[in-house]
Amino acid sequence: MQASVIVFPGSNCDRDVAVCLEAATGKKPNMVWHGNSDLPDSDVIVLPGGFSYGDYLRCGSMAANSPIMKEVVLKAQKGTAVLGICNGFQVLTECGLLPGVLMQNAALNFVCRNTRLIVDNNTTPFTGLYQQGEEVVIPVAHNEGNYFADDETLDELSGEGRIVLSYVPEDNPNGACKNIAGICDASGRVLGMMPHPERRAETALGGEDGKRMFTGLVEALS
Amino acid sequence: MKATVKITLKYGVLDPQGKAIEKSLGQLGFSGVNEVRQGKLIELDIDADTPEAAEKQITEMCEKLLANTVIENYDIQLNLAE
Repeated sequence: MQASVIVFPGSNCDRDVAVCLEAATGKKPNMVWHGNSDLPDSDVIVLPGGFSYGDYLRCGSMAANSPIMKEVVLKAQKGTAVLGICNGFQVLTECGLLPGVLMQNAALNFVCRNTRLIVDNNTTPFTGLYQQGEEVVIPVAHNEGNYFADDETLDELSGEGRIVLSYVPEDNPNGACKNIAGICDASGRVLGMMPHPERRAETALGGEDGKRMFTGLVEALS
Repeated sequence: MKATVKITLKYGVLDPQGKAIEKSLGQLGFSGVNEVRQGKLIELDIDADTPEAAEKQITEMCEKLLANTVIENYDIQLNLAE
């Protein structure tokens, strides 16, 4: 399985996620600069966390208009799996692959801590190694993770099982609607999530709850 | 042609920064201040033959980049005096 990681100016979790992808796939991922307009053949494309373009204008808005994103959108529409983590989730909403928007945290604080999450849908290529309803611990680190969408969109997301990860209600770090931590598109192959699985993928980092996202991807896509 | 684009949060979208400003104003002794909302103002100078052409282009800019229409409204003002 071949993975590609898109690197924007200001991405800072690209190398961490590359380590996780290499551990899971046994192959170095392609690191693709945002200014490229060619994307090598990949089974999964990862948009990493960070502060692309310094979060100017709105988080992810500039990155969503990068040359490479045209390719990412085309590949996603053809069925390539796409994982957006944190800033990557913001980019996915800004480019229209996922609905809604990530607003500033309700308490106006940058939140950097472990969160308790429920796996609400284990039928996506990303979550197959988790139990349905399982509680896992994965850290967040963001200032704009407060998921917002209109009621109609929220009903559609929950009705179609597209809320893939949610915060345990008493542990919602940002005020997100319906405690949403991660959603997928209608095909289930585009996932955006605020928590950072790459930051909890080795016991030395406090736990391995995030690791199954990468090993699960290999099982689902190989 | 100079223009300003005013971007505001849609009614009903929670604005935590506006709330924080409102609270601070109250603490400073300004009473009776409600519904504080924070937005953005973007100024630009655009090459266009007519005001209509300028407005059309800026509308496209707002839809594609300047505003996120899921949560934001935009208002375009052309400065025709210059």
